[in-house]
Amino acid sequence: MKNFSMFDLLVLVIRRDLVLAMRRRADVLTTLIFFVMVVSLFPLGVGPEMAMLRKMAPGVLWVAALLSSMLSLGRLFSADYLDGTLEQMMLAPQSLSMLVLGKMTAHWMVSGLPLVLMAPVLGLQFDMSVQALGVLIVGLLLGTPILSMVGAIGAALTLGLRGGGVLLSLLVLPLCIPVLIFGTGAVEAVSTGLSVTSHLSLLGALLVLALAFTPWVTAQALRISME
Amino acid sequence: MAINWFKYSAPTTFYGLAGKLIPWFAIPAAVLFAVGLYIGFAVAPMDAQQGEFYRIIFIHVPSSILSMFLYLIMAGYAAMGLIFNTRLSSMMATAMAPTGALFAFIALWTGALWGKPMWGAWWVWDARLTSELILLFLYLGFIALHASIDDPRRADRAAALLAIVGSVNVPIIYFSVKWWNTLHQGSTIKFTGTTMHVAMQQAMFTVLVACWLYAIAITLTRVRSIILERERHTKWITELPEVKQ
Repeated sequence: MKNFSMFDLLVLVIRRDLVLAMRRRADVLTTLIFFVMVVSLFPLGVGPEMAMLRKMAPGVLWVAALLSSMLSLGRLFSADYLDGTLEQMMLAPQSLSMLVLGKMTAHWMVSGLPLVLMAPVLGLQFDMSVQALGVLIVGLLLGTPILSMVGAIGAALTLGLRGGGVLLSLLVLPLCIPVLIFGTGAVEAVSTGLSVTSHLSLLGALLVLALAFTPWVTAQALRISME
Repeated sequence: MAINWFKYSAPTTFYGLAGKLIPWFAIPAAVLFAVGLYIGFAVAPMDAQQGEFYRIIFIHVPSSILSMFLYLIMAGYAAMGLIFNTRLSSMMATAMAPTGALFAFIALWTGALWGKPMWGAWWVWDARLTSELILLFLYLGFIALHASIDDPRRADRAAALLAIVGSVNVPIIYFSVKWWNTLHQGSTIKFTGTTMHVAMQQAMFTVLVACWLYAIAITLTRVRSIILERERHTKWITELPEVKQ
């Protein structure tokens, strides 16, 4: 048997989860459609004045991204939990944190990345400038992985509970507020002519923090939920 | 003589101790509340800029201080329960959560009542208000997670992990005043001295101490109920005089 490194494990888990997601494409699409719908509802709710929409755009896009990532979080561990795969994963001699990191990455690629790619199209509906759109995308690229990673903690804690979905949002949404603040702050900084680097740096710092700690915390949460 | 420091870390012994301690905290709390509010509302002079409206700080400031400290203490107890696997620590964390949430709610409510005459708005999206609101959400999340897990051991451990993760938020509340310089006034009490009138200080600190005593008394009362509920199948509970009758 060949030597099995941490990186191999990561790649293996990501590939497995991506294959599983591709076999159930409807789930991925539903999240994306939800995102598009929520964003499109806002102009209908508040009126079509372009000046106001342009001002609201970053907030609307970020909140919609936050909500749609909540929707897909429930699926992060539940399928593996129900068919017993998760138990086998926990028995595996490899690091559970690394495994969890792989699952988080796959979750982001399936539910976060499509939102990032879709965001500029929706931004155009809100008449955002090209520069603001660029900053929005960079912010979303830095921010949506954090949403997946922090959300994974909540998903692990609420594993197998009744009413888990609503509870999950209740636990995770408050923890995601800093991401929302800095993400929208960056786009607003463009429109007021301020420097965007401070907001994006803070988002980057949050991402590094999340990368360092959330896989381990999620692994602990899984151990608590599975014992 | 060697003192057994761990004697009262067992629910069996702590139940009796808590019962004896409660009056020692509850009665001074009531007295200090009365004294503090009397000084605050009758003795302290009117504020030069804010008139009579400022008097709400005697409730607002202590409750917001308590709401933040209680979260940290709760997270500390929860962490102890998670690390050392002591049942009583987790019970204490569970018992503190509603009081913390109550103080966070009072802080927000009185803040709104104060904001209306001062800023002309019930609510301002300022960093400190928002952080306090997030703190309330964190308390509610802790309580909701604990309530939705039937197995008490798993509930304790899951909620503990959530509390520790959430406690990352409490320093952000504290530093938010410096980070986002907005409408909310900075703190008047500084370590380098204060610009407050003596009577105002006295009232504030008296109410603050009263709030601490109240929080301790109510936590002990609640932890006694939790002990009774969780240990109801044990022999010593059935032999308690208040259970037997």
